[in-house]
Amino acid sequence: MMQVPVETILMLAGMAVATYGVRVGLWLGKSRGFPPRLRRLLDYVPVAVLSAIVFPIVLLPGGQLDITWHNAQLAGAIVTGLIVWRFRQLLAGIGGGLLVYAAWRVLLG
Amino acid sequence: MLVGAAPFGVIFGTLAGPAGLAPWAALAMSLFVYAGSSQFIAVTLLSGGASIPVIVATTFVVNVRHALYSASLLPHVAGLPRGWRMLLAFFLTDETYAVVYHRLQEPGVVNVQRYFLGSALAMYGNWFTWTLVGVLLGRSVPGIERWGLEFAMVATFVGIVVPLLNNRAQLAAALAAGLTALVTTAVPYKLGLMVAVCVGIAVGVLLERKDEPA
Repeated sequence: MMQVPVETILMLAGMAVATYGVRVGLWLGKSRGFPPRLRRLLDYVPVAVLSAIVFPIVLLPGGQLDITWHNAQLAGAIVTGLIVWRFRQLLAGIGGGLLVYAAWRVLLG
Repeated sequence: MLVGAAPFGVIFGTLAGPAGLAPWAALAMSLFVYAGSSQFIAVTLLSGGASIPVIVATTFVVNVRHALYSASLLPHVAGLPRGWRMLLAFFLTDETYAVVYHRLQEPGVVNVQRYFLGSALAMYGNWFTWTLVGVLLGRSVPGIERWGLEFAMVATFVGIVVPLLNNRAQLAAALAAGLTALVTTAVPYKLGLMVAVCVGIAVGVLLERKDEPA
């Protein structure tokens, strides 16, 4: 018998409801569309959420601020950022960042 | 579009295990949540020890943009029976929206139900299949989590953000959110993340207003 942790079920259910609710909401009621004010806030959601996730992972590896060339996450992130900024190729950016990150870990680890 | 989703499905499936998500849970997430970016974020937050409410709240915030899609498609589905709308809404991802919206802009009559459901099911099956490939890969290659793949998600996030930083307000929003997240890491359950997101959005909106000609 597989053990099913309640927390995992709760998380999956919560995420499923949050996602489906957002997708179906406007199609169920007699809605007139999307409030323009909210639309404006939404412009900043992707950048805010992803930056809030990435900054601590990249700059606080192991919980300590590390802005030196020893920081493999930082090196990889900078390379990914530069590739995507210059060439607009997401996959190339991810691949390049991964290679630099791995190389950094091998060379400095 | 189908090929484009493949690497992300594989990355998600592979990294779900090391993040503490059982194989069945990773597959269930692709089946029942079915939202690529939220699934990526959930895995990243899980490995960072975030609490369930924060993960669910972040999922909500990240997916509110799907309501924009449903608003945009509303005129085309308003005539459909309620059951159809409830079914199609489940599949309203970025990719499906892009494909359906594009088709609706083209000349010629299109059966919205069939076109929507067809492309949606193709995308859905594709996402699940690549998740499965990733899960199997993660289980069959011992120590794959030490290959540095965990950085793949961070790199994906960086790669998504960079092209969006095309004006002062977006750049400021990114810095404000990122710096707030840095100084609120001590807040339990990753609640600091929510604070950081709110600060980022507020700074972006405020700067946008300032930039606008009166």
